[in-house]
Amino acid sequence: MEEFLTDQLKTQEYFLNMGPQHPATHGVLRLLLKLDGEIIRNVDMDLGFIHRSIEKMCERNTYKQIIHLTDRLDYLSSHMNNEAVCLLVEKALNIEVSDRIKVIRTMMDELTRISSHVLWWGVMGMDIGALTTFMYGFREREMINDIFEETCGARLTMNYNVIGGLRYDLHENFVKRVKEFIKHFKKKLPEYDKLLTNNVIFRKRIEGVGYISEKDAVAYGLNGPTARGSGISCDIRKIHPYSAYDRVDFEEAIFTEGDSYARYKVRIQEMWQSLSILEQLVDKIPEGEYRVKTKAVIKLPEGDYLQRVEAARGDFGIFVKSTGQKFPYRVKFRSPGFANLTALNKMTQGLKIADLVAVLSTIDIVVPDIDR
Amino acid sequence: MSYFSDIINGTKTLLTGMRITGKYFFVNLFTRKYVITQQYPDNIDTLKMFDRFRGEITLYHNENNEHKCDACTLCVSACPNGSLEVFGDKKPDPETGKNKRYLVKHIYHLEMCTMCGLCIEACPQDALEWGQNFHHVQYDRSKLTKVLNKPGSKLMSGIKG
Amino acid sequence: MVLNIFTDIHNLLLEYMSEEATHITELILIAAAYLGIFAILGLLLVWLERRVAGFFQLRLGPNRVGPFGLFQTIADALKLVSKELTGTVKADSQLYRIAPYFVITTALMSLALIPFSQEIQAFDINIGLFFLTSVSSIGVIGIFLAGWASNNKYSLIGGMRTGIQMISYELSVGMAIVTMVVLAGTLQISEIIELQKDGWFIFQGHIPAVIAFMIFMIAGTAESNRVPFDLVEAESELGAGFHTEYSGMNFAYYFLAEFVNMFIIASIAVVLFFGGWLSPFGITDAIPFAGLFWFTIKVIGVIFLFMWFRWTFPRFRIDQLLTLEWKYLLPINMVNIVLMALMVWLGLTL
Repeated sequence: MEEFLTDQLKTQEYFLNMGPQHPATHGVLRLLLKLDGEIIRNVDMDLGFIHRSIEKMCERNTYKQIIHLTDRLDYLSSHMNNEAVCLLVEKALNIEVSDRIKVIRTMMDELTRISSHVLWWGVMGMDIGALTTFMYGFREREMINDIFEETCGARLTMNYNVIGGLRYDLHENFVKRVKEFIKHFKKKLPEYDKLLTNNVIFRKRIEGVGYISEKDAVAYGLNGPTARGSGISCDIRKIHPYSAYDRVDFEEAIFTEGDSYARYKVRIQEMWQSLSILEQLVDKIPEGEYRVKTKAVIKLPEGDYLQRVEAARGDFGIFVKSTGQKFPYRVKFRSPGFANLTALNKMTQGLKIADLVAVLSTIDIVVPDIDR
Repeated sequence: MSYFSDIINGTKTLLTGMRITGKYFFVNLFTRKYVITQQYPDNIDTLKMFDRFRGEITLYHNENNEHKCDACTLCVSACPNGSLEVFGDKKPDPETGKNKRYLVKHIYHLEMCTMCGLCIEACPQDALEWGQNFHHVQYDRSKLTKVLNKPGSKLMSGIKG
Repeated sequence: MVLNIFTDIHNLLLEYMSEEATHITELILIAAAYLGIFAILGLLLVWLERRVAGFFQLRLGPNRVGPFGLFQTIADALKLVSKELTGTVKADSQLYRIAPYFVITTALMSLALIPFSQEIQAFDINIGLFFLTSVSSIGVIGIFLAGWASNNKYSLIGGMRTGIQMISYELSVGMAIVTMVVLAGTLQISEIIELQKDGWFIFQGHIPAVIAFMIFMIAGTAESNRVPFDLVEAESELGAGFHTEYSGMNFAYYFLAEFVNMFIIASIAVVLFFGGWLSPFGITDAIPFAGLFWFTIKVIGVIFLFMWFRWTFPRFRIDQLLTLEWKYLLPINMVNIVLMALMVWLGLTL
């Protein structure tokens, strides 16, 4: 039959250019699809449409000036990116920060993670066709953004971390607002499950789709929630605890199925875990200074430095080679999205176009993070 | 028999979802209780940003039209994007007779600014501060280049130049 | 009839021209009136959809132009009229231009059969429902042509999906209608409504009628290409599907026709299951044109259900769409027809 189709009917594979302007590619990502009807035979990624050469820009910036550039990488986990730079410099210069700073940083991290995952949830629903989820996700995200705006001064590119602490002390309303948010979000998360997770159409769309085995996941260097959906334990918060993660109690969300639904569940589970971390910390913010005095010009001693943090999309790493100048000699960002995206071809072999969109949104890419 | 239980369970999950959206619809239809959006251009006068909101860089002026900037250009060197330009000059101080630096023009390129706040941190006199204005829309790019020191303003007394 | 303006107009026209000329003039007048209905209906439904969507999505929806934003869609339509009609260079230009008219003509033709009230029905033939299903299946050609002639791969995929989807779900719509026709024993729309004076068919036919209604709603959603069956457009996958390359008024034709088709599907549901323009318990049957009110209320109710689906459910995948039709809806439908036939035969209807 297959032969008959190819020989007699002269069917052929064709090429489809998906992006850079396409609603499902979450930005300016270009996918080159080789299709057989609706069935995907090959996916190639064409990157670089939003390349801003941030790594090169870092080489002419001082360490203080690098921080605000990392906001613009993965703009949905900007606080973690800022923190990575600050932790790196603090580690290199042996700056000891107070417990208050550590706890606040951890809380901000988790708030950022929730806001990122909430946005992902909304967009995931939208990619699969349930347009309403987007606004429901934004309802929660808006509360977090207000918290950020009040304390940090901006909603998206918070730029709250500075070397040796935080830009401002916590706003007096912070604790009240976080408590409000926890109470609100605890009611809304089960609603998410009722609306989307348990929906039979949604489940049929993502269960068993986009499978990647544990072995392949390691081979492709997957990280973050995407890898944890394949049963790999890779949470930096557990492996190399930073800030206050060693003193909070949380579970790493791991599911072993390896399909889109597993990755979906990991993120939903992570929201619960983040909520629990927030609950543990919100009443126990220690007193202390919010900022350690540092030198006006920061120079890192000669050598190589690496700092990893768990961003919302996975393992965000920053590598700095210093020659003892006030500018870094070389900066390299290890973005989680880039590694995760490479596995797209493996995940979508033999699936349909509609599945590609679903799988892409469970990988949860942010294109400025990939292109840098 | 999973054929029929599939249908029934599937329908049940669909109805659960419809109940949630339906709740929001009917409450919003009658009371607008769950509406989360703001009617933006309408509330532009009453919309108040948080105190720390980083809208734009401003130069602090007191009621006597005096600012604190002595044109030391530390903010210029702190800025990663070159959004600030400071032009200073020197003239003899009437009291001491020494040459004293004073500010001629503090130029701010809003279109290049990334609101990183490093200039404000760098300023030894706390002359710069955040403005909460968020409505920056202009038809011409050149209008985004602003002169921060107000015309006729002078250095606040007590600030050494 | 107290208020029979139609006879008045007829007599008025007869005073000035011959019988044949009157007939032709009346036909033209009716056609013009239906074109007007088509436009107003489309615009109103677009407004309603956006407003309803707003409330579902915790927003307000359009509320700036006119009271409650009612004129928003008119403003949009004006914008679309004033836009340039673009097309791709390698498009099959004749097919490309003709395609929207297939959709709009079939929608208009179906509209003629809709009984807005006892008095307002342009075309009441004895094979009404049969005519309706046959005409509405022509509409798919318009979408199919648009997909093919645009010479765009996204449009083509959308067009192919339409073909698969429409052909499959027409079966279910048809068989759900057949189920009700078994109960009614006639295809003429006015007669079907008359038969429901003692009780709407959904009550007369109880279990099989309810099943037929559910199937009709599912298949009807698919026929009007709405979520969860909007694979034809599937904006997150195909951009805009078959009308990717259309702009201006050509696009507006598709857009309006989609909403008018939804209205037609809802009207058929109302006629078949909820007694058309009949008032509940016959409370206002004596008042002329009161049927219009009840018909509108019922249709808006059914349309609201469609909107409720759209703003709640995710989209199917193409193979799941076919599974649903051929493995679930069709077998159930067939059993349902037999059940209904048995019920009618044994006199178990209420």
